Amino acid sequence: MKLIIAYIQPDKLTAVKQALYEKEVFKMSVTNALGCGQQKGYHETYRGADIEVNLLKKVRVEIAVNADYVEPTIDAIISGARTGNIGDGKIFVQNLEECIRIRTGEKGEDAVG
Amino acid sequence: MKIWKKSLLAAAVLACAAGGYAEEAEPAVTAADAMFTANNVWMMVSIFLVFVMHLGFATVETGLTRAKNTVNILFKNTAIVAIGLLTYALIGFNLMYPGDFSIAGIFGFAGFGVAAPEGAAGLIDYAGGAYSYWTDFLFQGMFAATAATIVSGAVAERIKLPSFLIFSAIYVALIYPFVGSWVWGGGWLAEKNFHDFAGSTLVHSVGGWGALASIMLLGPRLGKYVNGQIKAIPGHNMPLLTIGVFLLWLGWFGFNGGSVLSGDPGGVSFVLVTTSMAAAAGIIGSMIATWSIQKKPDLTMVLNGCLAGLVGITAGADVVSVSASIIIGLICGAVAVVSVMMFDKLKLDDPVGATTVHLVCGILGTLFVGVFSPDYSLGVQALGVLAYGAVCFPAAFIIMLILKVTLGIRVSEEEEMKGLDIGEHGMEAYSGFQIFTNS
Repeated sequence: MKLIIAYIQPDKLTAVKQALYEKEVFKMSVTNALGCGQQKGYHETYRGADIEVNLLKKVRVEIAVNADYVEPTIDAIISGARTGNIGDGKIFVQNLEECIRIRTGEKGEDAVG
Repeated sequence: MKIWKKSLLAAAVLACAAGGYAEEAEPAVTAADAMFTANNVWMMVSIFLVFVMHLGFATVETGLTRAKNTVNILFKNTAIVAIGLLTYALIGFNLMYPGDFSIAGIFGFAGFGVAAPEGAAGLIDYAGGAYSYWTDFLFQGMFAATAATIVSGAVAERIKLPSFLIFSAIYVALIYPFVGSWVWGGGWLAEKNFHDFAGSTLVHSVGGWGALASIMLLGPRLGKYVNGQIKAIPGHNMPLLTIGVFLLWLGWFGFNGGSVLSGDPGGVSFVLVTTSMAAAAGIIGSMIATWSIQKKPDLTMVLNGCLAGLVGITAGADVVSVSASIIIGLICGAVAVVSVMMFDKLKLDDPVGATTVHLVCGILGTLFVGVFSPDYSLGVQALGVLAYGAVCFPAAFIIMLILKVTLGIRVSEEEEMKGLDIGEHGMEAYSGFQIFTNS
């Protein structure tokens, strides 16, 4: 079991969801996030003063998958989120120790589903 | 059932009275009566328009400040209207329009409270058929409250609520009407032929001086000037700011249009034209300035520019030509942009630009009367500006200073970071919405 966490551009969320759907990955959690990487932020001005905005608006997608779904999920996120420009985002893959479905009490790979 | 019977009886009595009235009084309405009614109706409409400016101030100030201080801003703007009107009824009206001065041209007081002269003296004879006593009182009372509101935006996001309310009450109850009597009350500056049509100096600069003194004593918001650098603290709602500026422009039709002090068609329509031209030119002037000084045009600057044009034309709306009103608007709009940046350079933190719009452009507008109208001298206009500054600034400074050493005028650092909504009021403006704590 793996937990895949991807930070993507907010405007790519629809494309990523579409690509995941095509790979039959239907379960995910999505949250708004702020962050910065190589993109380093952008400039705003307000009443004559500069604002360094270094935390950019991002979307965080979390998906728990069983082993055979890891590669398709990663491929789908990349195909949906990639533009080739700085700021496309990152994907982190972690081992997942345990997973429990609250409704039924199922554990492990059955609970990931 | 009882109530129903009573009202039926009342209706019957009314019907009889109306019948009786119609029989006898048919030819009694004269042309003068009709003019009096028309004039008075326009003056009352102007009261409504000046009244709605308070909503404009409230939304402008809300838009230009952070979400965490919204309840506090709205609370201040609400309280100010009440304080302004009540103190004006108690003291202000009779201090501003004393009739007879006890110190020639400088100070007079006709007593506490307001009371209309009996009969026709309070109606058609009160102002030569232009408006009634009560119309006069409420129109001037609405003006008084605007002067106090000006300070509210400048001191936003860091002032202690009780100290602000005490300051406002004293300033609007005593200082505003006292200096106002010099011109509109027929005092010494009026005798010198100083002209301030609707209050570039009498209202706006009076508020502006109060704002300047207050922000000098209060100091900048935390995080505004860091290591010699000017940091932006963006306001949280540009749509509210925009609504407010348009409400203020709408209100200005009454502020200036009502200051004709009658429904005179030629006078009122001309004033409405110069007022609108200056507002429009203020937008264009500030747009040119912000676009050339900054890389991209700043909406907040352009909206300040609109108000700057309006304040600038207020002194001379009845005496300058339409082309002059456009020039006044253009200059005030452009100056507003530079002035906002200048105040920042001086480390005088004014979140909404009140000192720029009301003080700087109030002074400019007053001086422009001497430039663009042959009937008034620049020297006398400048004397008036200086006289108001010489009284209002020290007065505001002393009131604030006394509050600073007694009650304190500034909230704690912790409260400022958390927001005055929680600190001063224990409530939020956007309960249920997630607001980042730094905004």
